[in-house]
Amino acid sequence: MNMPRNGFPDTLVTAARALASGDFSSHELVSDCLARIEAGRHLNAFVSVDAERALAAASAADRRPADERGPLNGLPIAIKDIFCQTGVRTTAGSRMLENWRAPYDATVIERLTAAGAVLLGKTNMDEFAMGSSGENSYFGATRNPWNDRHVPGGSSSGSAAAVAAGMVPAALGTDTGGSIRQPAAFCGLTGLKPTYGRVSRWGMIAFASSLDQAGPMAWDADDLALLLNVMAGVDRRDSTSVDEVVPDYTAGLTTSIRGLRIGLPDDLLGDDVGAEVRATVEATRRVFEGLGATIVPVALPTALAGVPAYYVLAPAEASANLARFDGVRFGHRCADPKSLEDLYLRSRSEGFGAEVKRRILTGTYALSVGYYDAYYLQAQKIRRLIRDEFLAAFTQVDAILAPTTPSPAFALGEKTDDPVSMYLQDVFTIPANLAGIPGLSMPAGMSGDLPLGVQLLGPHFGEGTLLTLAHAFQQETDHHLRRPGAAA
Amino acid sequence: MAIDAEQVRRIAHLARIGLAADEADRYIGDLESILTMVERMHGVTTAGVAPLAHPIDVGQPLRPDRVTETDQRDAYQADAPAVANGFYLVPRVVE
Amino acid sequence: MSQWETVIGLEVHVQLATASKIFSGAPNRFGAEPNRQASAVDLGLPGVLPVLNEAVVHMAIRFGLAVDAEIAPVTQFARKNYFYPDLPKGYQISQLDHPIVGRGHLDIIVAGKDGDTVKTVGITRAHLEEDAGKSIHDQVPGLTAVDLNRAGTPLLEIVSEPDLRSSAEAVAYLRELHAIIRDLGISDGNMNEGSMRCDANVSIRPRGEEKLGTRTEIKNLNSFRYLEKAIEFEVERQQEILEAGGRIKQETRLYDSERNETRSMRSKEEAEDYRYFPDPDLLPVTITPAQIEAVRAAMPELPRARRERFVQQYGLSTYDSRMVASDHGTAAYFEACVAVAGDAKLTANWVMGELASVLNREEKEIGAAPVSPEALGTLISRILDDTISSKIAKTVFEIMVTEGGGADAIIEARGLRQMSDSGELERLVDSVVADNPDQVAQYRAGKTKLLGYFVGQIMKATGGKANPGQLNELLRARLDGDT
Repeated sequence: MNMPRNGFPDTLVTAARALASGDFSSHELVSDCLARIEAGRHLNAFVSVDAERALAAASAADRRPADERGPLNGLPIAIKDIFCQTGVRTTAGSRMLENWRAPYDATVIERLTAAGAVLLGKTNMDEFAMGSSGENSYFGATRNPWNDRHVPGGSSSGSAAAVAAGMVPAALGTDTGGSIRQPAAFCGLTGLKPTYGRVSRWGMIAFASSLDQAGPMAWDADDLALLLNVMAGVDRRDSTSVDEVVPDYTAGLTTSIRGLRIGLPDDLLGDDVGAEVRATVEATRRVFEGLGATIVPVALPTALAGVPAYYVLAPAEASANLARFDGVRFGHRCADPKSLEDLYLRSRSEGFGAEVKRRILTGTYALSVGYYDAYYLQAQKIRRLIRDEFLAAFTQVDAILAPTTPSPAFALGEKTDDPVSMYLQDVFTIPANLAGIPGLSMPAGMSGDLPLGVQLLGPHFGEGTLLTLAHAFQQETDHHLRRPGAAA
Repeated sequence: MAIDAEQVRRIAHLARIGLAADEADRYIGDLESILTMVERMHGVTTAGVAPLAHPIDVGQPLRPDRVTETDQRDAYQADAPAVANGFYLVPRVVE
Repeated sequence: MSQWETVIGLEVHVQLATASKIFSGAPNRFGAEPNRQASAVDLGLPGVLPVLNEAVVHMAIRFGLAVDAEIAPVTQFARKNYFYPDLPKGYQISQLDHPIVGRGHLDIIVAGKDGDTVKTVGITRAHLEEDAGKSIHDQVPGLTAVDLNRAGTPLLEIVSEPDLRSSAEAVAYLRELHAIIRDLGISDGNMNEGSMRCDANVSIRPRGEEKLGTRTEIKNLNSFRYLEKAIEFEVERQQEILEAGGRIKQETRLYDSERNETRSMRSKEEAEDYRYFPDPDLLPVTITPAQIEAVRAAMPELPRARRERFVQQYGLSTYDSRMVASDHGTAAYFEACVAVAGDAKLTANWVMGELASVLNREEKEIGAAPVSPEALGTLISRILDDTISSKIAKTVFEIMVTEGGGADAIIEARGLRQMSDSGELERLVDSVVADNPDQVAQYRAGKTKLLGYFVGQIMKATGGKANPGQLNELLRARLDGDT
């Protein structure tokens, strides 16, 4: 058991065990989390801390009779501020929604609450989930707890930083092109983007609807399994959620991985991968081989074209998804609009940050007359090629091992003036979103004081296999046990 | 990929994003570099490939035709920028 | 004949009569207080998602089958992007590439100098979409007030080929569509409340020219009459421009019913770029042959089949059949009425004549007719059994309309039963012959038109109750025979 500070464990599974055996109360655990959030203010991990309600929920969890306790009873969790939640503002990291209070809860919020979770507050994020560094928030950049001159990754920046800093054992993120996996890798966490359709999108503010998926971020696979058990499942309010059996991911963790086939794609290990990352993937491969898995080469020849395709499709969908922010029914409205036109132009110009505007403009361009076929349709065709290559690969292998990011966390401000170099951060994570397959990033090495992650990709609804592989890896190694500052 | 100020203005207007003069210049540069990166897509041969809109091949579920919503106007208008008598208000629109 | 040929295509929006909206569980009703039936989905609040109502799919299939159209095996929704205050999401969920209803056709009856002709009008497609809300410009001074109750109301947009050649054909087409959607039970077709709305694409070209002229799109045609008037105005406007050597500008025009003119819509001046793309929130909808057959099995009788049946079953002329069988409500009234009355031709005359003029006068739909079909049937049967004359029947009908009550009661109470007792009538004939020797002499000298004079005298004496047929016979026998 890992007990870094004040005697409180920092994973859900260990905390649950300690709560069950009466080592401390949820109220005590949550109070400690709130104290750590307060102590870590400079990291700017939270947009809103819901202290009062969290403590009340913790007390309620403590009083709850044993037979009414859900699997997350009394366990503190932070929520990316993209999920609608009543009783607290929901901002999506944008001035547009600076003071917006959602009149309903997202399905995942309902499910976590019903399972007894204590929701601590809303974490900072790149505005409308558009970013790979956590620097695109109206509420300021989030810092990396491992080295606060570096970015935590994005867009689920606050969720990653909050967990890595020990403020909360686990957090929810969303992943449209890598927004769970990349910050997990940068912050030494394990993070899972489930299969598209595995988790309901109802109440999750849309960035790119055909790519967005909610998922958990924590230290290890065991915690992800616990959370995914609660989050997954069809929801009649989301037409794209899939009615597919939800296995008990926790029960499946200890399945043997002996004989599993793991694909290694040369296409994702080319020259643009740094030496440290390459070495980390190689070391991970040897661990899996040692555990009895077979490594086989797989071909994903179109995967690298995912970035350009993604930067057509995601902005195109976003340009429509963000049209509802028009200053009419909710959100920011400019002062004294002179005309309807003025109302639209100024409200949207003032309400959105630079990166959001860039993507809306890119997407509008890609969909406009004369460009649709060359951009949007070509991107959709590439999307099919990439998906079909994955489906073909998964007839040969059970999972694919790849880097999560080309490099460890970069410095704050390093890429803010060059949008394209920022976009290329997502080169290894984007293919999974285009293909709709699950992807898990787990810590697998260090680069100085910064963690490095590797990624496991699986077939549609193959989350169980990814979690089992990650669990086996984590039984064998201690990368997931490293904590910021501990090494220094 | 060359893009000119007029194109940026047209797109910004379609998207109803107000751009100050200096902003427009900046976005020209940004869009050019983004579109240049995006153009790499054209190196991929896609003849005969059907576009893919959704990654999972499932059909649209249908909802039974039943009323399930109740009047929530007060809650929905609580944070609205301008309302009167239950209407949302905007500057006068000329038809 | 004018040197110009008119070419018209119609886009008809039909609000579907579902209980709930197309993508949300909010009620689909007309007339609620502003924004009280606009749900989070209808308002496009952040984080909400659409789920398709199965009833709209079934209704669209019903319509498709009614116009012999192809039903798409897979249909897809798309986003149509534009900004307007009554369009909450900044896009309308509509269909572009794979509409649910493909190519079909509709036969219309066009009345002409040489009788009715049947014309087949092509239907290009029909697709599902969501209605927008309403912008109200006179509610708050200087501001536009937005009511989103209507947002998300299911619409079926029916697009015709440019096959219509006159305002009369356009009206006939719209009437036939109106009759069909009501028969199908997919819409109440109430044009006052916007349940059925029509845009007309109008152009003209020199007769014999193949190429279509530049068209204008006229919006806001919410009655058959406005459709007719607007097309007539627009055709004349275009003729004047072309004959003066000008060019028609392709544009959207609004029909102003008060001034009976069309004018350019300033808000639509710039060319729109709607940036359609498949809606990622909605998956392709698969429609199986079994689903289509299930809908087909439950199809009601449609106007065309009903018109043919009325000719067969009731022996009506095609004209009478068109008049009473085209509209669902009128046909139902006729059938209930004839079941009591017995004589189809006479019933048809009454439904088209007296009843129609009363409905017209009182501005009522036939469903709200002041006289029930059974009551009218009884009245007609009293003509047939010689209880009253046709003329008296009209009096009785007027009393039924204004004061209520059944035919028999009114006839009895007012003593309107006609005189068919031949003994009594003979006595009257005798006395009128005796009292008018001059006229009798003239009649017998060949001025047989004077028969009407004698009838009139007797009708005056009986208060119109004498059986006219019998009276004529008796008079003739008396005047012609007794020389």
